[in-house]
Amino acid sequence: MAVSAAQSQYDCIVIGGGHNGLVCAATLARGGRSVLVLEAGTQVGGAALTREFAPGFRVSAGAHLLHLMPADLLRELQLGSHGLDWAAEGMTTTALVPGGARLWLTAEGAEHGLSAPDAQAYASYTARMRRFAAALVPMFSRVPPRLGKEGWADRLALLRIGWQIRRLGRRDMRELLRIGGMNVYDLLEENFESAALKGALGFDAVLGANFGPRSPGTVLTLLYRLAAESAAGGSGMSQPKGGMGALCNALAGAASAAGATIRTGAPVASILVEGDRASGVVLESGESISARNVISSADPKTTFLRLLGPRHLDTGFVRRVKHIRSRGLAAKLHLALNRAPSFSGVGEASLRGRLLIAPSLQHIEHAYNHAKYGEFSAAPVMEITVPTVNDPTLAPAGQHVLSAIVQYAPYTLKEGWHSGRQRFTDAALDALERFAPGLRSSIVGAELLTPADMEQEFRISGGHWHHGDLAFDQFLMVRPVPGAAQYRTPLEGLFLCGAGCHPGGGVMGIAGRNAARQVLAAGKS
Amino acid sequence: MTEIAVPHFKQPLLKTPFHERARAFSQVDSFIPWAGYTTVDVFTTMEQEYFAIRNAATLYDLTPMVKYRVAGPDALPYLNRLVTRDLGKLKPDRVAYCVWCNDAGHLIDDGTVFRLSRDEYRICTAERQIDWFLDSAIGFDVEIGEVTEQIAALAVQGPTSCAVLKAVGLQGVEKLKPFEIGYFALGTHRLTVSRTGFTGDLGYELWMEPVSAEAVWDALMEAGRSRGIRAIGSQALNIARIEAGFLLPNVDFVSAEHTIRTGRDRSPLELGLGWLVDFNKGHFTGRRALLTERAQGSRRRLVGLDIAGNKPAHNSLLYTDDTGKREIGSVTSATWSPTCKRNIALAIVDAPHFQVGATVWAEIYLNRELVWERRMSRAQIVERPFFAPERRRATPPAEF
Repeated sequence: MAVSAAQSQYDCIVIGGGHNGLVCAATLARGGRSVLVLEAGTQVGGAALTREFAPGFRVSAGAHLLHLMPADLLRELQLGSHGLDWAAEGMTTTALVPGGARLWLTAEGAEHGLSAPDAQAYASYTARMRRFAAALVPMFSRVPPRLGKEGWADRLALLRIGWQIRRLGRRDMRELLRIGGMNVYDLLEENFESAALKGALGFDAVLGANFGPRSPGTVLTLLYRLAAESAAGGSGMSQPKGGMGALCNALAGAASAAGATIRTGAPVASILVEGDRASGVVLESGESISARNVISSADPKTTFLRLLGPRHLDTGFVRRVKHIRSRGLAAKLHLALNRAPSFSGVGEASLRGRLLIAPSLQHIEHAYNHAKYGEFSAAPVMEITVPTVNDPTLAPAGQHVLSAIVQYAPYTLKEGWHSGRQRFTDAALDALERFAPGLRSSIVGAELLTPADMEQEFRISGGHWHHGDLAFDQFLMVRPVPGAAQYRTPLEGLFLCGAGCHPGGGVMGIAGRNAARQVLAAGKS
Repeated sequence: MTEIAVPHFKQPLLKTPFHERARAFSQVDSFIPWAGYTTVDVFTTMEQEYFAIRNAATLYDLTPMVKYRVAGPDALPYLNRLVTRDLGKLKPDRVAYCVWCNDAGHLIDDGTVFRLSRDEYRICTAERQIDWFLDSAIGFDVEIGEVTEQIAALAVQGPTSCAVLKAVGLQGVEKLKPFEIGYFALGTHRLTVSRTGFTGDLGYELWMEPVSAEAVWDALMEAGRSRGIRAIGSQALNIARIEAGFLLPNVDFVSAEHTIRTGRDRSPLELGLGWLVDFNKGHFTGRRALLTERAQGSRRRLVGLDIAGNKPAHNSLLYTDDTGKREIGSVTSATWSPTCKRNIALAIVDAPHFQVGATVWAEIYLNRELVWERRMSRAQIVERPFFAPERRRATPPAEF
């Protein structure tokens, strides 16, 4: 018995109220669909939320910097009028160097302590990488083309990508193709002398990835990040006032204003199937809600293997979903501090941006070595922000929050996270203490979120920020897997809109918007 | 889920539990490898063995058939998602011929599914495919294990086969209907008997523990002496199965898991096995692709051919007319049928030329004392099977 349109309670149910789910819901609602968002947690945001981690201290529990969400998306959804404001924009990067030196990287260039050849190389390297990133932008905002199909839209999309790369000119195109498959270690060795500079630039290639700088394909992941930043408008990193949760609150406001209904504390147990098409969901409470389309922002493994179930899918497809590499390696460390942290040689201007502990490529590679064998890094690498410097509302007056992404912390730690948790926290604090002597004595509260914790809290299979490694074989038309790479799935009426889709994780929102467009297009045909 | 690892690498070819008997009976020492075992191609002469299938009784060692045990609360939903047929209709102690497909609706293999009890099944198939079976089990509460080496199997086929089984002491075997399973004792040996086979004739398949193999063989040979019993090899069986219209993997189709070139996969609809596909039973792997194929029409079809002359059309290309300009398919299996007295073949023919009754032309090459000659023979597309005697279904079968 198929559910007819008239009988369905909603046109669309969006599973998950993270940023992608909310962008999708807002776009669908603006397209005239009746939309219900079902969020398992008590507040919207998914892994992009602000919450308390120690009495009086709040932090962006997942991503803590916004740099990938397209400017036109922010405008389109009028997030400003729904309460989004910035605590900081155009944030800088400061590489912490042992011995109190430091390296300050801004959008304009690098300062302090670079040799003349490095300074020169930095300028040309940055310009070249920006050109490459710009050429890759067309891959981003659009639905990835299908291969082996006869559709003109697919051919056109492929042509557009090829044309953009060809337009770089012979020299640049040749260089792009040369470095495209390289590892970032070799690329940076070719260009620079300074260990600190190479460490800082290489860090972004492996942030949130299951890679060390010497892993093949890391130039591509770096270009991917740069291209995503370029696609977002290239205005750099920013920090929403009230943390990342404020962004999702604004998105929820936009979705609600457009007519979407948002329910929190409503975890979905399964996706309903009738007549071989998705027909709604059943909540863990037992309540069932019907809809003509179900759009899941949950990761592909959760969506297909748990919510839908293999019996509605073909074996080969299930096999591909199971093989998605989706084990997280990034942990999140939150510290409540009773005074402002003091990093040697780092002034307040630097503290307003992000700090990196990645003193050399060698150091990052060593940190990664442990993870390959199921151990955490003895000397981890980190991306640190002190959000309270820009936004004092996150902590009691005069006190501060330190938020750090700490790598590498494998999802399946050999010794188990029960005993590993404290030992890894200690390793991270030791690393921080080296650059911020006395930090330990200011700690009044601490929280470590391992990938296993993130799996629990954010309901992401494997606790991977990106719902699956961003790597050459999980990009574009093969993300998350062939057969579901255009936000559609083998099951009619079921769509994906999360980070597991093209173009992937990071607080981007593009997957949510593209998915909504696919749903709207499917409704027309 | 459990998986039984068998150290095949230690011995290039295994011997079946019937091997010593087969070696003693073999007159021409013609052994061939089959699924990791050494098996008999011909015992005496192919013709003698073939006529025993159609006129008397035969023993054929089918131990190398790959066997999987599937058991657990989800065994039925698991199998129904795996194969294209609705096994919900399969009662305990019954057998169903099935095919299973990949996502594209292309055949991975065919085989028989035995329902041994409510939640226990056995799949008998030509190729090893534990990885596909295990991947298909993701999300199902089911145990899958290979049991090939734990079960010896012997086909007893031919018009006098039932009489032989009765003579050896299997009381009530004549009551078994086609595709039914019965349980019997032969002295101290326990036998599971299914009324199944690959000859298209009256026949049974006997499943037993390997230790029982030689005793069962000896008893059948003794009881069948006056009923013309004879051991047969794969060559004779191949002729019988072409007459019966049965497909042989890697001959009439290549598993979709093994093909490399595009367009070499075959769907059940293309292979004329549409009757095995139940679109109404719920989801199964390949269903969505097969629905599309059904709506758009198949691009080719496996058909039976009745070819002029008496020269088997081995590997022949097929054309629209005798000029041989427009190629429309090729023969996959061919034989002179001694029983039908017809020159028959199975062939893949492109749309729209595969309608029954249509005429095609087969290009047959003849080696006449090392000189090759080419002959274009008229062939008609005909219904399969070519040979389907009433006795294959008659219950009880005739006395001999």
